[in-house]
Amino acid sequence: MSKQYQFKLVLLGESAVGKSSLVLRFVKDQFDDYRESTIGAAFLTQTVTLDDQSTVKFEIWDTAGQERYKSQAPMYYRNANCAVVVYDITQSASLEKARTWIRELQRQADPSIVIALCGNKTDLSARRQVTQEEAKKYAEEEGLMWGETSAKSGEGVADIFTAIAKKLPLTAAPPASRGGGARGGGPAPRSGVDLNRQAGGQSGHNEACNC
Amino acid sequence: MDEEYDVIVLGTGLTECILSGLLSVEGKKVLHMDRNDYYGGDSASLNLTQLYRKFRPDQAPPAELGRDRDYAVDLIPKFIIASGELTKILVHTDVTRYLDFKQIAGSFVYRDGRISKVPSTEMEAVKSPLMGLFEKRRAKKFFEFLQGWRDEDPATHQGINLDKDSMKTVYEKFGLEPGTQDFIGHAMALYLDDDYITKPARETYSRVVLYTSSMARYGKSPYIYPLYGLGELPQSFARLSAIYGGTYMLDKAIDEIITDSDGNFVGVRSGSETVKAKQVIGDPSYFGAGKESEGGKIRVVEDGKVVRAICILKHPIPGTDDSDSVQIIIPQNQVNRRNDIYIAMVSSTHNVCAKDVYVAIVSTIVETDKPELEIAPGLQLLGPIYDKFVSVSPLYTPVSSGERDNIFITRSYDATSHFETVVEEVQDVWQRVTGEELKLKKREEASADK
Repeated sequence: MSKQYQFKLVLLGESAVGKSSLVLRFVKDQFDDYRESTIGAAFLTQTVTLDDQSTVKFEIWDTAGQERYKSQAPMYYRNANCAVVVYDITQSASLEKARTWIRELQRQADPSIVIALCGNKTDLSARRQVTQEEAKKYAEEEGLMWGETSAKSGEGVADIFTAIAKKLPLTAAPPASRGGGARGGGPAPRSGVDLNRQAGGQSGHNEACNC
Repeated sequence: MDEEYDVIVLGTGLTECILSGLLSVEGKKVLHMDRNDYYGGDSASLNLTQLYRKFRPDQAPPAELGRDRDYAVDLIPKFIIASGELTKILVHTDVTRYLDFKQIAGSFVYRDGRISKVPSTEMEAVKSPLMGLFEKRRAKKFFEFLQGWRDEDPATHQGINLDKDSMKTVYEKFGLEPGTQDFIGHAMALYLDDDYITKPARETYSRVVLYTSSMARYGKSPYIYPLYGLGELPQSFARLSAIYGGTYMLDKAIDEIITDSDGNFVGVRSGSETVKAKQVIGDPSYFGAGKESEGGKIRVVEDGKVVRAICILKHPIPGTDDSDSVQIIIPQNQVNRRNDIYIAMVSSTHNVCAKDVYVAIVSTIVETDKPELEIAPGLQLLGPIYDKFVSVSPLYTPVSSGERDNIFITRSYDATSHFETVVEEVQDVWQRVTGEELKLKKREEASADK
C-alpha cells in the first residue's frame, strides 16, 4: 500500500477574496455565487495523489472569520505545514493585505512552513488590478509559491494544491495515523492521549472522520 | 459595530469562551470582545514577553531562557481531570480536533516532611509508604465499599446512608487513621479544607469515584493537559464560536456598560462606538472588580484571595523521579493551615517552555496578611528557583444573578486543581442566560471525506 501523509493547511487573506470558495471548489468541486461569510464548516479534508502513488491528505483550517478584527488565535498557525494566502486580482488592496498576512506567518508560524500566494477570481480578469508580473515578482522575492485561480470556474485550483503537495517535505512528515494527525508537525511519534477513544464508553471515531 | 447582537461576551477566559461557543452553536448572534491583544484573560498562557510585560513591565526576559515562542506559561494552575465534565464538553463539541493532550506524569502528596506518589496501580499501592500494612487493609476495605456501592442495592450500603451520614461516620466505620483521612479527603477527593468531614458523605464519594475513574482511564495520574498550555482551551472554544458565526474583537477597550433607567442592559461602549445586545456575559474585571465604586452600581464582591507563585526551574522537582509533570498536594493539617497548598508543574514535554526548563505554580487560598510566606512550604519542595512571579488575586463573585438586568457576570477562577468548578459555572450561567438547562448536542460532522 502506498503511503499517506497528512498536513495541516491554513487559509489567510482579506474578507471576500474567496478563501472559503477556493476550499469548497477544491474539496467538493462546488461553487456558490452568493456564499455568506463562513459559518459552520471550517474543517475540511481533501487528498491529493502524487505521481509515485503516495497520497497527501490536507487538513484544511478556514479562518472562521477570526482574522477580520485582527483576532486570529495563535492556535490557528500552530503546527501549520502549509498556508494559502489568497488575494483578489481585481482588488489591489487585497494583495497589500496578503503581504501583511505573509509577514505574520513568517513571524508566528513554523519556519519550515510552505506558503503559496494565490490570486483568485481570474474569471473577472477584465477588472484585473493586480498584474501577474507584480504578484509573481513579490512571491519570488519572498520565496513563496504563486498561482492564479478561479474558484468559480475551477481554473488553477487543483494545480495550486497539487503544487503544494509536491513541495511539502514528505520525509519529515508523520504518516497519517489517525484523525488530527497533522498536529504535532515534526517527525516525533505522537504520544498523546485521545479523548474520543474512551469517552464514556463511546466507541472511538474511525480514521476517516478526522475528528 | 452598528449591528445588534443577541449576546455580547466580555473577556476570553475559558468560562466565557465555552459559553460563547455553546451559544453560537445554539444559533445566537454573539459578539466576543477582550481588552487584551491575546486570548484567555485570566486563564491565558503567556509567552515570555507577555509574562514579563504583565509582572515586570520594566524588565526584558533573560536571553538564557531561550526563544519567546517556546513559552506558554499558564496564569492559573489547573489540570483536566480525565473523566470529568470538561472532558465531556470537549468531546461533545468536537473541539478536541483542535487540541492534543498529554498525561500529567504523577500526583504526589506531602506527608511527614516528604512527598510520596499517589498510587496509580495496585502494585504501587502495595509498595506505597503512605500507609502501614494494617492500615492498607483497612483502606482496601474502604475503597471496595466505595467501588461496590449501588444506590439501588442496600446490600452494598453496609449500613451507611451516603446522603445522611457524615464522612466522619464513614471514616470511623472503617477505622481509618487521620493521615489516611487526609489522603482520601485531600489527595483524592481534592478538598481544599476539612469542612467536608462533617457533611454528608455523598459528595466525597462522588469525588473519590471521579478521581479513581480518571486515574484508571489513562494511568499514571488522573490528569491530562493540553499541549501548548491551558490557553489552548479558551482558543479552541473561541474557534468553535467563530465557526458558528461568533464575531471576535481582541485588543478592544471596553469603556462603559450602558444600562437604561431601570438598570437593565442596553449595550457596551468602546471609545466612541456603541454596540447593543439583549444580554451581556463577562468576567468580573469588566464589571468594576477591584475598582472603587464611583457612585455606580456595585456588581461584584471579593470572596477571598488566592496567592500564586509561577516558578521557573532548571530541574525537575526533587523526589518526583524526575517526572516531566506533577501535581503535589500539601494537605493543610501537615503544615498547620486551614487550606491545602498545591503545586502544579509542567515542562517542555507539554510544549510550554524551552528544553530543560520546568514551570511550577505554587498556590493556596490566602489566610493571613503575608500570603507569600504561606506558600513557603511549597516553594521549599522545588529546590533552587531560577525566577519567581508572585501574584495575589482576589476571587470575585457577582452580587446578582443577572436575570433581572441581563448582566451575567462569571466568577473568578478558584483555587481548585481542575476545571470542574468552571464547568459548573458554565452550566449555571447557561441556565440563567437561556432559561434552560445545558444539554450538550453532538456537533454536526463537517468533514468532506465521509
